[in-house]
Amino acid sequence: MRKTALLIAAAALLGSVSAQAAEQAIHIDRQPWSFAGPFGTYDRAQLQRGYRVYKEVCSTCHSMKLVAFRNLAQPGGPGFTEAQAKTVAAEYKINDGPNDKGEMFERAGRVTDYFPSPDPNEQAARARFNGSLPPDLSVIAKARGVESGVLRGILNMFTQYQEGGPDYIYAYLTGYGKPPAGEELTPTQHWNSVFPGHKTQMPPPLTDGQVEYTDGTPATVSQYARDVSAFLMWAAEPHLEARKRIGFQVMIFLIVLAGLAYYTKKKVWADLH
Amino acid sequence: MSHSNYQPKNSVLAWIERRLPIFGFMHGSFVAYPVPRNLNYWWTFGGILSFMLGVQIITGVVLVMHYTPTSLEAFNSVEKIMRDVNYGWLLRYIHANGASMFFLAVYIHIFRGLYYGSYKEPREVLWILGVIIFILMMATAFMGYVLPWGQMSFWAATVITNLFSAIPVFGKSITQFLWGGYSVDEPTLQRFFALHYLLPFMIAGVVVLHIWALHHVGQGNPAGIDVKSDRDTVPFTPYATVKDNFALICFMILFAWFVFYIPNYLGHPDNYIPANPLQTPPHIVPEWYFLPFYAILRAIPNKLLGVVALFSSIIVLAFLPWLDTSKVRSARFRPLYKQFFWVLVVTCVGLGYLGSQPAEGIYVIVARILTAYYFLHFLVILPVLGYFETPKPLPKSISEPVLGKSGVAVGIGARAPRKN
Ligand code: HEC
Ligand code: HEM
Repeated sequence: MRKTALLIAAAALLGSVSAQAAEQAIHIDRQPWSFAGPFGTYDRAQLQRGYRVYKEVCSTCHSMKLVAFRNLAQPGGPGFTEAQAKTVAAEYKINDGPNDKGEMFERAGRVTDYFPSPDPNEQAARARFNGSLPPDLSVIAKARGVESGVLRGILNMFTQYQEGGPDYIYAYLTGYGKPPAGEELTPTQHWNSVFPGHKTQMPPPLTDGQVEYTDGTPATVSQYARDVSAFLMWAAEPHLEARKRIGFQVMIFLIVLAGLAYYTKKKVWADLH
Repeated sequence: MSHSNYQPKNSVLAWIERRLPIFGFMHGSFVAYPVPRNLNYWWTFGGILSFMLGVQIITGVVLVMHYTPTSLEAFNSVEKIMRDVNYGWLLRYIHANGASMFFLAVYIHIFRGLYYGSYKEPREVLWILGVIIFILMMATAFMGYVLPWGQMSFWAATVITNLFSAIPVFGKSITQFLWGGYSVDEPTLQRFFALHYLLPFMIAGVVVLHIWALHHVGQGNPAGIDVKSDRDTVPFTPYATVKDNFALICFMILFAWFVFYIPNYLGHPDNYIPANPLQTPPHIVPEWYFLPFYAILRAIPNKLLGVVALFSSIIVLAFLPWLDTSKVRSARFRPLYKQFFWVLVVTCVGLGYLGSQPAEGIYVIVARILTAYYFLHFLVILPVLGYFETPKPLPKSISEPVLGKSGVAVGIGARAPRKN
């Protein structure tokens, strides 16, 4: 009797709580990513395409200060050769100095240089975008996520869902549209279905055919968005492949060890009378 | 407190032993030390906690070799660790997830204590030392979370340090003293860094006292009755060591799952955004292990009272030995307490959920109900229950259900240690 009353009370509380929780969520579709799951690895060709999209489109507004040209040739990354990374770096002019005369000078980029930023400082960037700052993209794929309710959230622990960042970025890049009736936009605002508050200062960056793909991959907005999101995931988590590979070895080791420890325990305790 | 007459055979060790009886001490504490034979796996978490403290200290010291505690460089130096330091990502993910695993283990350890009445006579001091460790752990983890200097680091530090401003008269001065300025800034980061390095060693010190007290009064056990004869116990080594070892490896599998496969699952994405004092995140949420306390804080409309409730919810644990009036330790023999125990568990989990949600609407109302119940449990139900509850009959001794009255091994009861 008391138990039933308790259960009903608990169910009523839970019901009203989950009703409120359901009101807030924006739905974001999950995308298939090659780097998801326990054996996930980056798709080199995809990272290379993603790098092109980043370089030709995003890098005109966004910085990526934590990534260096040498990283492009690092194991577990886009798989550029050392020579390719060098060539990519050399295309950039880097401000360096002071030299021994005390003067700043320009030189060609080297592999040890970090990706140069489009604006000299934050104020300059904000001035371009009406006060909004295009965020640095180095760790953006880990700095964004997807809200999952409690049950889904718990499930994510078992399904190893860690791709909320790229899912969000993909949805953001492909989420532009007309504002619903009654919503006013200022001239610099754009309607986006997943951006918090829906009014973003980033103009839709991608259009079909904008970046040339040489490997036959369709040159569409959604393909660009997918590729650049994967690239951003790599930029944020460059050691993901090593992590998952070592993780598997550690798991096997621990499971075998647990088995041995279990039988040792069984044997030792069996002697006990 | 010596449980052995151990004499090292090696002449060098024997020479040392005559001057400092450390080997006999170690032998007495970790080999010959008698433990109740009916301990179940909930008793393995003490060992797991010691292991986690070691893991945090070792990974922490190595992280410090690469970390820069300045507001300009902290975020980038952590990213450098993640990108450029050999296996830096591993160190950092072990340390960040290690804190969560540490808390998971400590919560299990504490609820074990609640269920089996581990805090009762003669283990009051042991229990209070545990509460002190818990408080130090919370302080350590809170300050550690500030170090990567992300948005959540900064704003969690702001929210929590601001709590002190609720103290009447001195609030403002205390808060500014904590900050080392007029807001959370570089001086705050640097003092938190110093303290984050210091506190784990203080924890280690209190852990020594905790274990000393434990070895002095002896371990409790699931039956909650005293050890009466040698038949009730087994030597720590090999019996407890192999069991602790197995449990620890299972725990490490869980730990590895987080570190290698879902290292950012327990973290908040906002902490990968560098701290920005000019931009408040829409929802400031602490790490999961603080959520129940955060819910209690926000459940109360008055700031000062909220802070008082927050601290009371932890301090109340220290008074448990006197709040619980029942003479029977284990919930196994307390039919009513057992039910209230599970209601408390659900309450704490519920508070944890509410702590992660915005403080508005129905969430606040439910948080208030659960907060009230939390205190009701400790301040009313526990004291009163001791008088009204009729406990089930206690077994005569620990070994009785296992060995039978005659001392001959009989069939294994559900609760007795399995003979495996
Ligand atoms: C014309 C300049 C411009 C270009 C090109 C551009 N962005 Fe942006 N981006 C912005 C601005 C401005 C913001 C800030 C938006 C705001 O706060 O409203 C932004 C914000 C973002 C955000 C953060 C959104 C959030 O949730 O806060 C992401 C992710 C992003 N951009 C990705 C990209 C990617 C990927 C590309 C390349 C395909 C790209 N951007 C190209 C200007 C640009
Ligand atoms: C009781 C043990 C400890 C706990 C619970 C703990 C907890 C934490 C937490 C929660 C973080 C933030 C992790 C993140 O999100 O990045 C952190 C960071 C850090 N801790 Fe600890 N820590 C402990 C011991 C230590 C010790 C002993 C040291 C050094 C001697 C240390 C050094 C650091 C450093 C340098 C960071 C910043 C790097 C980073 O963010 O990963 N910690 N700690």
